Amino acid sequence: MTAVQTRPEASERAPRAVKRRSRIRVTPGSALVYFAAFVLALLWLVPLLWALSTSFKPETEASLGQPIHWLPQEWSLEGYRTLFERGDHVTWMINSTVVSTIVTVLTLALCVLAAYGFSRLDFPGKKIVYGVVLAGIMVPSQALIIPLFDVVSALRMVDTYWGLALPQVVAPVMIFILKRFFDAIPRDYEEAARIDGAGHLRVLWSVILPLSGPILAAVGIFTFIGAWNNFLWPLLVANDPSIMTLPVGLGVVAGGYGLLYAQNMASAVLGALPLLIVFLIFQKQIVKGVAGVGLK
Amino acid sequence: MSTDTATPEAASTADRPPSPAPARAPKRRSWLGLWFVLPFVAVYAVFMIWPMLLGLYYSFTDKSLTGRPVEWIGLENWIEAFGDPAAMDSLWNTAWFTILSTPPLVVLGLAFALLAHRARRLGWFLRLSFFAPFVIPVSVVTMVWLWMYQPAGGLFNHYLGEWGLGGDHLWAFQQDAMGSVVVTTVWWTLGFNFLLYLAALQTIPAEVYEAADIDGANSLQKLWSITLPLLKRTTALVIVLQLIASLRIFDQYYLMAGGASNLATENVFIQYIYNSGFVGFRIGYASALSYILFACIIVIALIQFRLLSRRED
Repeated sequence: MTAVQTRPEASERAPRAVKRRSRIRVTPGSALVYFAAFVLALLWLVPLLWALSTSFKPETEASLGQPIHWLPQEWSLEGYRTLFERGDHVTWMINSTVVSTIVTVLTLALCVLAAYGFSRLDFPGKKIVYGVVLAGIMVPSQALIIPLFDVVSALRMVDTYWGLALPQVVAPVMIFILKRFFDAIPRDYEEAARIDGAGHLRVLWSVILPLSGPILAAVGIFTFIGAWNNFLWPLLVANDPSIMTLPVGLGVVAGGYGLLYAQNMASAVLGALPLLIVFLIFQKQIVKGVAGVGLK
Repeated sequence: MSTDTATPEAASTADRPPSPAPARAPKRRSWLGLWFVLPFVAVYAVFMIWPMLLGLYYSFTDKSLTGRPVEWIGLENWIEAFGDPAAMDSLWNTAWFTILSTPPLVVLGLAFALLAHRARRLGWFLRLSFFAPFVIPVSVVTMVWLWMYQPAGGLFNHYLGEWGLGGDHLWAFQQDAMGSVVVTTVWWTLGFNFLLYLAALQTIPAEVYEAADIDGANSLQKLWSITLPLLKRTTALVIVLQLIASLRIFDQYYLMAGGASNLATENVFIQYIYNSGFVGFRIGYASALSYILFACIIVIALIQFRLLSRRED
């Protein structure tokens, strides 16, 4: 109950409040807890570590498999070299970067504008439009792929960046999140700017947005991760390997490489790396963002 | 295309000198707000509302990917869908996946969060290790796990054999594709539920436990009669979100058990929709199937919506 009724602003502060009281008495119980947590966390990392280790084995050692060696008997970059020689991995990486960036920038721009409109302006039909947008939160995108493909191909966007990106820009939940945040910003801040004759775009740009840093970061990061990892839609709309995103390229084309495990694991490691780096950099915002889902 | 037209609209509002009247009186109705909302609504209409209506219409037609003229066939697709054993099998597979994956994802999510909440000094490491898999692309996840499931040279079968478990210890993949997909999914997506629970745990004030300490309650009693009841609503939310996510199973199942690797002949529902539409060219039929999935998810989503809106009070 308490967990649930916390206001969004309060929840931002909660994790810090917890850290303050970190007095730990070493008891057998707490030692056991620490031990269990540590072992579990290590176990959870095994698949990634195993992939990493395999990627540095020479192909012969990796494919043979037996006996299991946790570290390469002989360190080799063979897997990575053949990967880069073929080059398609780099293409997919670029495609994913382009598509995810388009999706993120457009989502932020369109959703911020719309959320401001819903939060601060009154216009005819606003309630109906907002209701229709909110209802979209419940629509599972997977159930739309068939007609959506029809629409996108009618627009001649199959095998294009726009065809990959635009359908992913439709994120009503982001409007909901941003509007709630904007609603919570006291109007007094804007009054001064308004009296100086600033229009709504100016107010949005120089009053609202500077106060919305964390929420914009969260929306941006989650949109980027979502777009990067999207699989079903790019699978449908990118048939040409040169326009495929990383998950689709790895899943569809690289799946056909066969039993070249060092190379496979090298491409897995390189495929995981970009978002792992994003995660490491933005860990705080991501954790807070997920937490927000439960607290809101 | 639609944003090609939508973005300039946004830009043109930017160039316009601010009209003082609506700025001074924020509550007065004017059309200005529409300009803020329009760019999103345009994209939303083209890529969400229009496909929804189109899909509903197609479900009553014999629309085909081959592009021959469309004919209205009434309820035929719908009647066929409910009588199609392959469709119902795939729907059952999706349901089965949901039944198998939801309990471990909820229970382990809670268990890991309880551990991490108590082992606070390890916080950074635990969050990294439990949540990092969630940000990894699905095809990387399936590549790594298929490699671990390999009968020859895979980690699982090696250790299952070494510890003397299970005959030729091929449990890992060949015998039970669904089980393997569930295990992989738990590893991949547990971090999300873990973080939801962890955040909820961190908002429980310490005073609540201090009272119990004075009464001499042990950890288990505190867990059972304080922590778990306080997590009730979080649990409801986690379950609902998990059900919705599980019903949408496609990616990892397609990559591990269908598509290229083709180790299982069975489909999950979205896979069957996909095949009907893009392999069988039957857009009309696939649209009717889509709406069946849509109906299943919307029921659960409505429950979620109620949960969320109750929270606002």
